[in-house]
Amino acid sequence: MRYEMVVGLEVHIELSTESKMFCDCSAKFGGEANTHVCPVCLGMPGVLPVPNKKAIDYAMRASLALNCQIAPFTKFDRKNYHYPDMPKDYQISQYDKPIGSNGYVVIRTDKGDRRIGIRRLHMEEDTGKSLHEGVAAGSLLDFNRAGVPLIEIVSEPDIRTAEEARLYLQKIRTIMLYTGVSDVKMEEGSMRCDANISLRPEGSSEFGTLVEIKNMNSFRSVQRALEYEAARQQSVLESGGRIVRETRHWDEGRGVTFSSRSKEEAHDYRYFPDPDLVPLEINQEWVDEVRRALPELPDQRFRRYVEEYNLPAYDARVLVEDLALAGFFDEAVAAGANPKAASNWIMVDLQGLLKGEGKSISEVKIKPSHLTQLIDLIEKATISGKIAKDVLVEVCFTGKDPESVVKEKGLVQITDESALIKAAEEVLAANPGPVEDYRKGKKNAIGFLVGQLMKATRGKANPGLANDILRKLLDGSV
Amino acid sequence: MSLCDLTAHELHKLFSSGEASATEIAEAHLERIEAIEQEVRAYVTVTRDRLLEAAAAADKARQSGEVIGPLTGIPMAIKDNIVTQGVKTTCASRILENFIPPYNATVVDRLYNAGGCLVGKANMDEFAMGSSCEHSHFGPTHNPWDTGRVPGGSSGGSAAAVAAGEAVFALGSDTGGSIRQPASFCGVVGMKPTYGRVSRYGLVAFASSLDQIGPFTRDITDCALVLNAICGHDPRDTTSASEPVPDFTESLVPDICGMRLGVPREYFEEGLSKGVREAVNSAIELLAEMGATVEECSLPHTRYALSTYYLIAPAEASSNLARYDGVRYGYRASGARDFVDMYKKTRYEGFGPEVRRRIMLGTYALSAGYYDAYYLKALKVRTLICKDFDNAFDKFDALVTPTAPTVAFSLGEKAADPLSMYLSDICTIPVNLAGLPALSVTCGFNEGMPVGLQLIGPHFAEGTLLRLGYALEQSTDFHRRRPPLTKTQEWDRNMEEAPDNAV
Repeated sequence: MRYEMVVGLEVHIELSTESKMFCDCSAKFGGEANTHVCPVCLGMPGVLPVPNKKAIDYAMRASLALNCQIAPFTKFDRKNYHYPDMPKDYQISQYDKPIGSNGYVVIRTDKGDRRIGIRRLHMEEDTGKSLHEGVAAGSLLDFNRAGVPLIEIVSEPDIRTAEEARLYLQKIRTIMLYTGVSDVKMEEGSMRCDANISLRPEGSSEFGTLVEIKNMNSFRSVQRALEYEAARQQSVLESGGRIVRETRHWDEGRGVTFSSRSKEEAHDYRYFPDPDLVPLEINQEWVDEVRRALPELPDQRFRRYVEEYNLPAYDARVLVEDLALAGFFDEAVAAGANPKAASNWIMVDLQGLLKGEGKSISEVKIKPSHLTQLIDLIEKATISGKIAKDVLVEVCFTGKDPESVVKEKGLVQITDESALIKAAEEVLAANPGPVEDYRKGKKNAIGFLVGQLMKATRGKANPGLANDILRKLLDGSV
Repeated sequence: MSLCDLTAHELHKLFSSGEASATEIAEAHLERIEAIEQEVRAYVTVTRDRLLEAAAAADKARQSGEVIGPLTGIPMAIKDNIVTQGVKTTCASRILENFIPPYNATVVDRLYNAGGCLVGKANMDEFAMGSSCEHSHFGPTHNPWDTGRVPGGSSGGSAAAVAAGEAVFALGSDTGGSIRQPASFCGVVGMKPTYGRVSRYGLVAFASSLDQIGPFTRDITDCALVLNAICGHDPRDTTSASEPVPDFTESLVPDICGMRLGVPREYFEEGLSKGVREAVNSAIELLAEMGATVEECSLPHTRYALSTYYLIAPAEASSNLARYDGVRYGYRASGARDFVDMYKKTRYEGFGPEVRRRIMLGTYALSAGYYDAYYLKALKVRTLICKDFDNAFDKFDALVTPTAPTVAFSLGEKAADPLSMYLSDICTIPVNLAGLPALSVTCGFNEGMPVGLQLIGPHFAEGTLLRLGYALEQSTDFHRRRPPLTKTQEWDRNMEEAPDNAV
């Protein structure tokens, strides 16, 4: 029997607001332990939460970017459970009236576009952090993160392969970057993911028994964990066993999921509306205001690149997925660069350089206007494409504009025929063998001679002109 | 005649005219505490040095010609579930026995700004759960009128302190009657303002949707003065109302002609003692004589109020009190195997039996499978109780009821029977469920003990209640009586002559 996996993902994203969800403390990542804290986020007696308007705006922005409906009436609920890193011993969250619901994203798979439903998006507050390592007795607690605003995005069980899961996460990440609501860094924990996975015979419309997987720290570990878990479940099913409904943890090192049944999981969270917070009414005006402020989203940008600029779909996607690169591209085009040429330069040379240096576009000194100028220099035949590659490297490291680099280094292409003829004659004189070959009919021997001429001019010869001149000299038409 | 038997407005006259200094007022209160506190036990903490410093500052302000507010230099007690920066705030619980808050409640800031001088933190039932002040980790407070009786609860310490002259006024908190019932038992004025009228920031939460801070005073005028100082929107409490706050002293007019009063029959049924009934009825007659129209009415869902309350309040409490886990502050049990064990031991040892009982009740009411049957049902009944009041206020300006079904009962009388204890709040609980303002004012004496009359108004109608209370006060002398305990020396009080005789 062939099985298919049915996967739903729960993604937590920390919003990059200045202050925490319910108090004025800084929401910045890091900082010395317990320095971003106050009576409110430490859950001291008698304190009250005051919602951060910006966080609500951000949650709405994220909801709209994921095509969700915004609830006109929403509220905060308490999720009750004891844990040392939880200051109030309950978490303020949203239970039955999430701020966003019924959305979707589209992912591009080998089999075409797939639409993955978003069941809900709700707001909550982050917990603190327990530190066990290097502590002689007991554990230490850092509450800097406690109360940082989070959104949780719950997908429909629409994901069918581990690859789709990865694409979905990538899409969510890109969208969040575009909206600017989060820096979505998995390594800093500002994006976290849990997965629900079950198997069912292909073609069946029933759902199998659900297993939750936690502790996946990268897109790749999500993909690996799902692949592992699907194989594990399949072998259980094939040997006549039954899947146990449980939570399993992903062990990155060993590449396996393991059961983590513990007492703390038999939880009844006893959700109830938080009486300290008045319900939130969101009128259409507020929704419209947030919608108007939405920037261009990845799908819109992709369409613009393909339809307006005629970029190949692959190139358009690579650009769109990197917000900084796409921004760079747009600025270069806005400054007058030919879109296709700009895309090519970014995709091939700039990306290659960045990869080689292990840097991001913001960490090198080239500006979008530099790329526009560089392309312009090629188009005006001031420099050759080959020289331009060297100029690009120079610009990236020095931040000088391409024209100055070309001037300083004397890289202006030689387009003066008389100067080239002299050099060509010297090349011919120095290479009697290839000249002989050419004249005997081996016409492609000219390639070598062009190479020699380019070398003699240190690459500055206009390659087309060099070719012409050599041919004319050889054919005796000069 | 002692300075600690006067009201705030009387003391203000003496203070602003220079006849009595704030330091003299403060010292008089410390002497009174010295003399009788051992019998009353109104305080968990007495902040002697703080009081004298604040009084000295008030004197200095007056001497340097600064504007003196009506509460400047006035000694006050704060219930020990309202946080005071640098002063232990225990909630009368072992679990917070040594907790010193690094911040003030909004009301404390406001009273400090108004010149109020902290005498100390008043005893209470642990986490405000109780009706007798017997559930305090530090032992019970005694009723100044009869130290064999309870002062009521949970704000028993606040009520007793004001009745005994150990503070001129006090703040308490009222979740199901915790201001009004002890005010009634101790013969002082107690007001639970409209939910949202006073910021809850810094009030250690018992049941957040019901809790409200309010004043204990010796008369209605003082009540208006304290309300003026503590009411108003607070950005730190999103449930606080942005409703404008009037000057409550403008309600102090002795004219209630044409006011429409409803008398809900459900508050006069079984369990109401004969003495209380008589005192309340004669007060109602008095109000009618003064020109109010009085009519019987019905609040049909009243009988569900107690059960509704005992689902909602414990449910919220079970969550509000979860934070006392020994992790960050407060009591932590020793010898725990792991953190779950630490929670269990800490909470078992740190909370008293009544608090544990309510946490369990509330946890149960919110549990999966029971939520709809208990908590959700209770919320629906709460809506019906609110509707009852809405309907009544279509016809009436205020409702008149007893504050409690009996006068103060004896210490230990109900301690072993939680249900009969709960019943002593039967007249006050519906008001919290509906978020209404209500005032308790002494309307007579029975068995030598004060009887409280409860006046209930529509949302934000504190002024109406003050006006009614003021009118009653003008034609009775109950508010001028002082407990025998305080009569350590012969005094014959005369309101009009008091300022002249005082020093």
